[in-house]
Amino acid sequence: MENNAIEITGLRVVRGSKEVLHDLSLTVPRGAVVGLLGPSGGGKSTLMRSIVGAQIIAGGDVKVFGIEAGTAPLRHRVGYVTQAPSVYGDLTVRQNLAYFGALVGADADNVTHTISSVGLADQADQIVGTLSGGQLSRVSLAAAILGRPDLLVLDEPTVGLDPALRDDLWKLFRHFAEGGTTLLVSSHVMDEATRCDRLLFLREGRILADGTLEEITAETGTTDAESAFLALARGKEAA
Amino acid sequence: MNARLTAATAKRVLLQLRADKRTIAMMLVLPLLLLTLLWWMFGDTPDPATGMPLFDPLGARLMGLFPMLLMFIITSVATLRERTSGTMERLMASPMRRGDVVLGYALAFGLVAIVQGTLLVLYSVYVLSLDVAGPVWGLVLVIVLDALLGTALGLAASSLARTEFQAVQMMPVVLLPQLLIAGLFMAREDMPDVLYWISTVLPLSYSIDAINDILADNVAGIWPEVTILVGFIVGALVLGVTTLRRRTA
Repeated sequence: MENNAIEITGLRVVRGSKEVLHDLSLTVPRGAVVGLLGPSGGGKSTLMRSIVGAQIIAGGDVKVFGIEAGTAPLRHRVGYVTQAPSVYGDLTVRQNLAYFGALVGADADNVTHTISSVGLADQADQIVGTLSGGQLSRVSLAAAILGRPDLLVLDEPTVGLDPALRDDLWKLFRHFAEGGTTLLVSSHVMDEATRCDRLLFLREGRILADGTLEEITAETGTTDAESAFLALARGKEAA
Repeated sequence: MNARLTAATAKRVLLQLRADKRTIAMMLVLPLLLLTLLWWMFGDTPDPATGMPLFDPLGARLMGLFPMLLMFIITSVATLRERTSGTMERLMASPMRRGDVVLGYALAFGLVAIVQGTLLVLYSVYVLSLDVAGPVWGLVLVIVLDALLGTALGLAASSLARTEFQAVQMMPVVLLPQLLIAGLFMAREDMPDVLYWISTVLPLSYSIDAINDILADNVAGIWPEVTILVGFIVGALVLGVTTLRRRTA
């Protein structure tokens, strides 16, 4: 069994006439919660789309569990939540999840259980279009975790959520990781760094840092993720 | 292809439709109203050639156009909405195959097309007293094929379009030329050669040829045209599947 969930070497992505990921290489170990941090426009979503196989890549190699990203044997092992909640606004929560569940072979019990695990039991039969933004993104998350995937790729899952809910979600992520799931979670909020086992700092299509929060703060002589990021970004510009 | 995933998709599309009463009314009732307008105008006007109401040949030939047009718009916008909302990206990252998505949509809207076409013919024949020499089932068959063709062309157009706006723009491009040169305004044989040859690659021509056969009580003559229409439907579906992209820029 491979020790890494994701292995990327020399990934380049061109969108329009602009290269947005430049010769990116990184690994994500199995069973870890890895935070992908950086400003918006830095390439976080593009990197995640490359990992799930939705992105046309210009060069390099992306492997998930040792298999080429986006190929058929991976599709029931990888759960993906896009930044915008991608669910059907004209169906109820339960109808949405029953459909996404059917795609990965999840039964009705699993659907009901998943709805409660994201705290939407009271809204199960409500039309998704009438939910609040936070509830909507939890429906989208629920759709991705239905099949109990081995890798969860979550693009800004906590953005705009109330702090109590954010805390609940991170506990849920931790719970998945303890069950053996690997999580790659992007965020532009640096204080979410403390929730992760490892961090990837991504800025302007390049990895600024890859390691644990302790390693990165020690290396930069800082005390938190925000100032470590700043130090690294300034160091890059000076160099 | 996976029958379970195709069926799950068809069921989901039908559930979405059920929640949208306006679209259902649009698909089922609007063609009836349009044909009623035609009956109102031509129901009492005699055809100079036969002395029978002009509504009979005109209604029969125009009838297929309404379901085709409506199914085209509704199918292409519904599938494009799927793409712009990000759910298509999610489906493409799931175990679902491209054919399952397209066929699921085709099944759901195809079912609606069958109900729509049948209802339209029965209403025309039994309420508006549209009189064709050939059998009514022949007319039902051709009109349902027209509706299915609209669905299949809509699916193909939506995989070629990038936005809902572009999808709607495809409609006049794909359908209006057919309206003009498929034999509605002038028999295809009487058209200039170039137009005649162009009309032979347009599916609506075969629908109108088949209806002309039914009007002339030559129902045995419709099978070549029916086969060609089925070919166009399958071709458009295949185009829809092959142009759907798992990876995008």
